[in-house]
Amino acid sequence: MRVTQFAALGAALSLTAMTAQAGTLEDVQARGELNCVVTVGVAGFAAPDENGKWTGFDVDFCRAVAAAVLGDGEKVKFVPTTGKTRFTVLNSGEGDILFRNTTETMSRDADLKLTFLPVNYYDGQGFLIRKELGITSAKDLGGASICIQTGTTTELNLADYFRVNGIDYEPVAIETNEEGITNYSANRCDVYTTDASGLASTRAALDDPSAHMILPEIISKEPLGGAVRNGDDQWADIGLWVVNASIIAEELGVTSANVAEHAAAAGNNPSINRLLGTEGDMGAMIGLDKEWAVRAISAGGNYAESFDRNIGPDTPIGLSRGLNALWTNGGILYAAPIR
Amino acid sequence: MSETALSQPQRNIVSRLWNDKETRSVIIQIIAFAAIFALFFYMIRNAVINLEAIGKDIDFAFLTQPASYDIGQTLIEYTSRSSHFTAMIVGIINTLLIAVFGIFLSTILGFTLGVLRLSKNWLTNKLAYVYIEYTRNVPVLLHILLIHGLIVHALPLPKNALNVGDAAFLTNRGFFLPSPQFEFLFWLVLGLFIIGIIFSLWFRSYAKKIQDSTGKYYPVFWISLGAIVGIPLIAYFILGSPIQWQIPELKGFNYKGGMVVRPEFIALWIALSCYTAAFIGEIVRAGITAVSWGQTEASSAFGINRSRTLSLVVIPQALRIIIPPLTSQYLNITKNSSLAIAIGYMDIVATIGGISLNQTGREMECMTIVLLLYLSFSLLISAFMNWYNKRIKLTER
Ligand SMILES: N[C@@H](CCC(=O)N[C@@H](CS)C(=O)NCC(=O)O)C(=O)O
Repeated sequence: MRVTQFAALGAALSLTAMTAQAGTLEDVQARGELNCVVTVGVAGFAAPDENGKWTGFDVDFCRAVAAAVLGDGEKVKFVPTTGKTRFTVLNSGEGDILFRNTTETMSRDADLKLTFLPVNYYDGQGFLIRKELGITSAKDLGGASICIQTGTTTELNLADYFRVNGIDYEPVAIETNEEGITNYSANRCDVYTTDASGLASTRAALDDPSAHMILPEIISKEPLGGAVRNGDDQWADIGLWVVNASIIAEELGVTSANVAEHAAAAGNNPSINRLLGTEGDMGAMIGLDKEWAVRAISAGGNYAESFDRNIGPDTPIGLSRGLNALWTNGGILYAAPIR
Repeated sequence: MSETALSQPQRNIVSRLWNDKETRSVIIQIIAFAAIFALFFYMIRNAVINLEAIGKDIDFAFLTQPASYDIGQTLIEYTSRSSHFTAMIVGIINTLLIAVFGIFLSTILGFTLGVLRLSKNWLTNKLAYVYIEYTRNVPVLLHILLIHGLIVHALPLPKNALNVGDAAFLTNRGFFLPSPQFEFLFWLVLGLFIIGIIFSLWFRSYAKKIQDSTGKYYPVFWISLGAIVGIPLIAYFILGSPIQWQIPELKGFNYKGGMVVRPEFIALWIALSCYTAAFIGEIVRAGITAVSWGQTEASSAFGINRSRTLSLVVIPQALRIIIPPLTSQYLNITKNSSLAIAIGYMDIVATIGGISLNQTGREMECMTIVLLLYLSFSLLISAFMNWYNKRIKLTER
């Protein structure tokens, strides 16, 4: 919110110049804690559970990075942000890395000075609506009141889509997903729009999920991924390879259950050996030790484990892999090799 | 001659300057000023260095780029293709709208409360007291959220709208009201109204002159009322009511046509007004009680009746006490309007200081604009109130 923006401005103005851009790894290790920028709360992606412990698909990536860098997936301080504050928080140095349902775009990359990590969820923007309204297509939404989270690609896509289709609507600006649920539940808006994954999570949180549906139209591409500040290539590499390691582990069948066994001694699959450091010293290239990926995978499992546990078909969110299946299984998840 | 001999008179000068009360205060002021300046310089330098480190510059050119987002309440022409600058103007207008409506309502409510607090009737007095204590002691943000929540949860959906005389429709999406369409003859009525105001202003000073020189008394209030309201009203009906009302109609999801006041505006307006009114009530009460009772007694000794005593003796003196703290309440309402963000009312902070800032990543630029805007609003209000304060000041004769 506003307070955070002023705080960030204050931080930028503050007396001690921010620590130099390079050396995020050293800073994090000296601090003994990773500051990970996440959402205020989107069930399945990043939200505190009933015991106050942060869980979710994005949270698992924070923990994997902390495990690789600090040796312990619990040494994470989660910094909750709204769509509007997330980049300021990251750029002002309050956060080290961001995993927050964030769409990779050109302006964010070039103008907001972010470095994106590989996409960890291929998404698109959808519309959530009450079944009783009898609407079957987004084209019939003329005149509707639509809740949108400000500071997102969502509000830009929405403005474009309605303009292109020549229909009008009333935008109802909200700050967080929770506010979105409140306003949608109270019928302040007919429609709630955000990334389809977020809608699935929102729908699961409604009183009677079966009374609501997601319209067939997906109006945008939302490649969601992590991000770091520009200017520290080593730190960006760490983020990049931790995400890749999680996907590669799924490709190779390395899970949190069997990773210790695989890592005990070099096997006859060189790919697994390189990933787990039993052959060569890939970790040293990004400033880490040989077992960096072993720890990352132990912390939250490989990509599939984290997906299934947090947002998969057996969870209330109930997302299928779809585009996010491995490229060998008909999806487009395709990680650069570790070699 | 040794060095000590040379520095002796110098030390004397320093200590002499220091011991002099006047120069000492000047020295301290210079040092303090230099320190503050250095601090600011240091902070700005730091910001520039830090921005440079992540490769950002300071550039206001983004203001001419398309904003690309839609805004719910726009009083001027605005689409998602308009510039960030236009979005900022929309925000400024929305903020000013809240400030002006808020100042208006809180003043009326506040003066009423202040007078009620002085009422001899136990019940009215205590009711006003309870209202003031409750309102003052709950943070204004909660009032805003509460009223917004009430409107959004308690009012019906458009299809079951509360129908007020087939003209206005109250829903949880806002109040849909008929909007006036002015015909040509209406401007004649408006002209009469303006002439009425000018006439009343002239007549007031004329009547005072006559009264001063001859003692003849004109009922200025009634004559002015007739000129400002009566004559235009008669003309309005003679000309056949030259205003057409466009009635909102339910079409699809929402009402179309007419005009709409959104829940966000209502919540912010009512909450800020009620909250500030409680403070104004106390200021008014204090102002009136501060005028010594002797004044009232003296006035009645002259045979001046009670209501004229109030309007001619007590209130003019009370106003002098009321105006300065009242000014700061007006400033508060303007600044507190930035709490709009909590319910998504698109004011300055939400537009240029929120979405534009976020979509362009121009924190420094946007925040500077927002700070300067609030600063200039506050200075304008202060300047006006200071002018008014001077005007009503006790003039020594
Ligand atoms: N992907 C879009 C939208 C991201 C977004 O804000 N999504 C919502 C709903 S999935 C969210 O994360 N809300 C989190 C919160 O309110 O804490 C973007 O990057 O701009």
